[in-house]
Parts: sequence; C-alpha cells; structure tokens
Amino acid sequence: MAKPAFENLEALRRHVQLLEGSRRVAGVLPFGIERIDARLPGGGLTLGALHEVAGRDQGVIDGAAAALFVAGIAARTEGQVLWCLTQADLFAPGLAQAGLDPQRVLCVEAGDEKSVLLCCEEALRHGGLGAVVAEVSRLSLTASRRLQLAAENTRTLALALRRWGQVKAAAEFGLPTAAVTRWRIASARSHALPVAGIGTARWRLELLRCKGGDAAEFDVEARDGQAGLALSAPLADRPAAATVAARQDGFRAAS
Amino acid sequence: MDGRRRVVTAADHAAHAAGLRVGMPLTKAQALVENLAVYNADPDGDRDALERLAGWALQTYSPVVAADPPDGLILDITGAAHLHGGEPALLEGMIRRLADKGIEACAAIADTWGAAHALSRFGARFGARPVVIIPPGNSAQAVRNLPVAALRVPYSLVQSLSVLGFDAIGELIAQPRAPLVHRFGRELGRRLDQISGHLAEPIDPVDLPDVTEVKQVFFEPIGAPETLARYTAKLTQQLCDALEARGEGARQLDLHFIRVDGRIEAIRIGTAKPVRDTARLTRLLCDKIETVDPGFGIEGMRLIATLAEPLIMTQTSSQEAAGPDLAGLVDTLSNRIGGERVYRLSAVESDVPERSVRRSPALSAVRSGWPVHWPRPVRLFRRPEPVETLAVLPDHPPKVLTWRGVRHRVLAADGPERIFGEWWKHDSETWAVRDYFRVELDTGERLWVFRSGDGEDGATGSHKWFLHGMFA
Repeated sequence: MAKPAFENLEALRRHVQLLEGSRRVAGVLPFGIERIDARLPGGGLTLGALHEVAGRDQGVIDGAAAALFVAGIAARTEGQVLWCLTQADLFAPGLAQAGLDPQRVLCVEAGDEKSVLLCCEEALRHGGLGAVVAEVSRLSLTASRRLQLAAENTRTLALALRRWGQVKAAAEFGLPTAAVTRWRIASARSHALPVAGIGTARWRLELLRCKGGDAAEFDVEARDGQAGLALSAPLADRPAAATVAARQDGFRAAS
Repeated sequence: MDGRRRVVTAADHAAHAAGLRVGMPLTKAQALVENLAVYNADPDGDRDALERLAGWALQTYSPVVAADPPDGLILDITGAAHLHGGEPALLEGMIRRLADKGIEACAAIADTWGAAHALSRFGARFGARPVVIIPPGNSAQAVRNLPVAALRVPYSLVQSLSVLGFDAIGELIAQPRAPLVHRFGRELGRRLDQISGHLAEPIDPVDLPDVTEVKQVFFEPIGAPETLARYTAKLTQQLCDALEARGEGARQLDLHFIRVDGRIEAIRIGTAKPVRDTARLTRLLCDKIETVDPGFGIEGMRLIATLAEPLIMTQTSSQEAAGPDLAGLVDTLSNRIGGERVYRLSAVESDVPERSVRRSPALSAVRSGWPVHWPRPVRLFRRPEPVETLAVLPDHPPKVLTWRGVRHRVLAADGPERIFGEWWKHDSETWAVRDYFRVELDTGERLWVFRSGDGEDGATGSHKWFLHGMFA
C-alpha cells in the first residue's frame, strides 16, 4: 500500500515541477560531499538554473572566498566557462590552482552591470558552455528571472557572484531573487599548526535559501594538494567560541 | 605651379625649420636652402594615395570614411569609438599607427565635418598636442578663434577677408550674413553654416576596390525597424550567395542606410573567423539596427563585405564529437561590447605576479604555465595597496596590518617568497626585491602582502608593505 503512494508522490512532484516552469530537469552537479549533497534536492546543484553566491556582509576579502567557491563549482562542470565581470581583477594563476584551467575560461569584461547581465543571458542561451558566471552587485528579481529562464532551456549552470562595492549594498542580499540556491561564503580560521604557518584553508558555507530544501551551514576545508572541498573534521583545538564548539560534525541545520 | 610660377606646394617639419612655407616661389626657396631637392607635385598621385589611406581607415576604424583632399581624411565615428576604447584612445591609436607608416598626423573630433577639419589643421599641433576632442554641442565655440583659412574656402577669399581685417572665424560668424554673402559669394556662407552645423554635410564614403557588395533601392522610403530587419535578411542572403561564388567568408560587414537627406547611417559587424552563415550574420546585423536613426526615411541600403577571407572547408568526423562552437557567441559579444573585451588569460614566463598573465584572443589556444607549488590568490589588485604594518625586520611577517583604515591582527603567516625584479626589462628593477607573505587574519581571511625590499639593503626597495591580492 505504501509503495504506490510513494510513486504518486513522485509523479506529483514531477507534475508540480512542470507547473512551476522548469521545463526540463537537466540533472545536478554534486559537490561530492555527502552531507552537502544530501541537503540539496536531487543531490547537487541543479544544472540549467541560477545559483547565487556572495561573501560576508563587510569586507572585500570574503568576496575572494565567494569567487573561489564559484571557481570551484565552475571547474567541476564540463566544457567552457564564461566569466563576465566589470572589474578585471581576477588572477588566472589562482583560478588554475582552484582547478579552473585558463583554457576553459573565457573572460568578458563588460562596461557596466547591465551589459554583464545581457552578455550572461546571451551566453546562457548559447547552450554550449558549462557554466556562466556573472559578477554583479545588484541583481533585481526581474534580472535574475531572465537569467533563470535563459538557463532553464540549456544545461548551463548560471552562477551570480555578488560583489559589494560598499557595505550598504550588501543589505540588498536579503531581497528576493529567482535563484534556486543562495550561498554565503566566509573565510574561517585555519587549523592551528604546531609550527608557524598557515594550516589548511577553511570556509564557512551558509546555504541561505534552497528551492525545495532547507537552509543549512557547513564548515569545509581545502583538500590537500588538489582542488575541491572536504568537510572539516571536528577538532580538539578549535577556537573557543561557544557556538562553534557546540556544533558536532562541523555542520548543523540552521534553525 | 601657380600660373607660370613654380611654387612650394608642401612643407614638412624639416622644411618649416629651414624657413620654407607653402606658397613660396621656388626661386626664393632655392635661395634659402642650398642644393634643395625639388620634386614636381603629383596631385593625381597624392589623391590616389589618400584614397588608399581612406580605404585602410575604412577597414580599420569606421564604416563611413572619405578622403578630405588635399591632405586629410574624414571619418564618421558614430558608434565606432567605444569599440576602440573610447575617443581619445581611438585618435591616439590612429596617430600611432599612421606614424608607423611614416605619416605624421593630427586629429580632431567634433560635431561637424567643417569643425573637425578646422581643428585638426589649426587647433592641433604636431608632436605637442596632436589630438583635439570637442564635446558634443561645443564645436561652434571651439572654432571661434581659429583663422579664416580653416574654413575650406579658396586662398584668394582668405586674402581678401584678411585685407578687410577678418582674421578669426568667430568674427565672421558675428557679422550680419547678407552683406557678407553679397560681397564674397554664397560659398563663404555655406562654409560658415557647415562648420556650425546649420547645414548638413553628408559624407560620401570611399569605395573599396574589389569587394563583394549588394544593394537595394526603395521606391518609397522605409523606416520601421521590422522592415529594415526584413531587408537586412534579404541582403545578407544575397551577399552570402555572392561570397559563396567567390569561395569567401566575411570577416567584416558594413551595412549602409542611405537616408532621404543624403546622410548615411552605417552599422558594422566583425567576426573572429570568416563566416558565410546567413542566419548568424543577419542576427549580428539585426542586433545593431536599433542604433540606426532612420530620420525621414531610408531610400537605399548597401551591404558590403569590407573584409573577406577565403573560407576553407574542413573535413569533420562523425566519430569524434565536435566541441560546441563558441565562435558565434564570441562574435555576438564582441560586436556588443568590443572585440578586445572578450579574451582568455594566458600565462607569460615572468615571476612578477602582475606580469605573469596576458590577454589572448578569445578563440586562440592558451597555455597554463604558472607555478603550482606556491599558492596564488584569486583576486589580484591592479595596483598593490599600501598597508601600515608592525613587522620585525628582516624576514618576519607583519604582526598587525592596517588596510584602508581598519586594523587587523595577523595570527599566522607563510613566507617569505622572494621575487626579484626583472633587470632585463627595466633598469630600475636591477636590485628590486619583493618578499611575499601569505597572512591569515584573526577573522579568518587570508591575504597576500609583500614588502618592497629585502629588509636589509635600502637599494632593494622602500621597505614599505603592500597588499597585493586576496586568497579566500
């Protein structure tokens, strides 16, 4: 008795998905980290959809963490990546170390954010690219909806990398957009080493919004000697902050 | 030749320095300069050379270019400047490229042909100030103080005006027009109206020899964008057929819209590879139709392949899956925001971070050859930003750094990675040293800072600290 009910539920889900306008389920791009993938509907970032990534409120520095996160996602897609920006401060050797080879990156330096969005939409409609990255500070609901619609018809992953020129602009991150997921990336303290030096880089990933899923937080770290992320193991010598110490397995569902 | 007298018709820098002037009798010139080499003037040859130069400018800069004899070119740069990096960059680049060809040039941008003509010859100075750019609407003001000779009127007229005491164009504009025309003829009035823009002066663009072009003339002027788009598609189809007969593909297409008032509105598209695909070319052209101002109507259209290259057929294999063709996308984006703004980043053999990356054309193959054993940031500041630090010399990382007025505590650091200046490129870098550190702040952010200098010897750098990039 239980089984047909489950099938009906699946059919209903598909039906609802159709009604909601995602004409084709293009597949997903898994992170390869079980805890993160389990949180995302379908087991990864939906291809042919818009995903939004930003740094923490203040500080241009977290903008770099977000850029690295986006580069890591783009590196795991297949094919060419179009990176559309207004400020040309992307450093290719750093991208290459994140796994994104320069042979795969096509840079488009648009004069203003409006043309960034137009160029990205054009690139998404092309369909031959693996991922399209738009570096913007403002992303209105209409603009994001256009990107989302353009992405839906192809398997291309659309990534909006929000950059804040000023702290004031960061307040806009709360405004609704049509993105399927919304991430906030912040650098975190690395593991203390017994000797002087910097340990493995760590980040706090916050999944603020996820269509068809719940918000979540993850602590991740760089994998030694290769691109990609790994989940942070709980550590004895963590910083003494109470919230961090209380967390188990480096991850909890945000309430 | 001026009547039976032999006169000097052209004088360059060296001739000016020797005291020679245009219009001076040859005998006088020969008296001034010993063993003066004299060549007969060749106006036809000059005109041909100017036409050839106009053809070059047409292919390189703008779809509407004409020779402005005896010694100039006139370009309509509407909608073309942003593709060359803005108006100043366009003019400076043009003067540099002409200098490479051995031609010394001055240039001006103004609202009208007359004003640009006058300013480039009398407002600009060779060498010192070769470029004059007048913002829209200020042309009449800008030519006010230029001599009457800048008006494109015969020399005899300039002389008679000078006898009456008219030296500057502004004085003539201020005069009541009727007596002026009565005394000197309509030509003077026409030139004055043209320079201030009261009278339109269409540019009849130079024709390139041996190009593929197709035309369409309308019985009734058209103006609706949909109609323009329909005829654009028709013309593109005809042009592609013509190109196919020649075995060529278009690299650059100009579409001229001839308006009822004689003005030519033109749009230009370029492609990264030769193309003969009707749908793609039509799409690129139609993208730009909205920039065309049809005025009172368009009575004719011309589509010209100003650059065409042999289109080589390549054999494809049904076994191997071909990668997606990005040429179409690159062309669309390039025509929208400018060709040099769509690029790839390619490695250059250099240890200095800001020199290790070069921009390559979007469709070229690039290589990656950066060091993998030293971590590199994702974002690099174009100019390293100065930071205030507390650090122990000679080789310790900073303990505290203040950047943009905010104080950060440094908890851990890696380094130094010493990078030496490239003495073979600049003399000033012979002793230069930078010590790069990767530092982690108490908030978790990781930065790339360097100290200019090795911490001991003042010759190696200022020992100031800079923030150069951001890890994540």
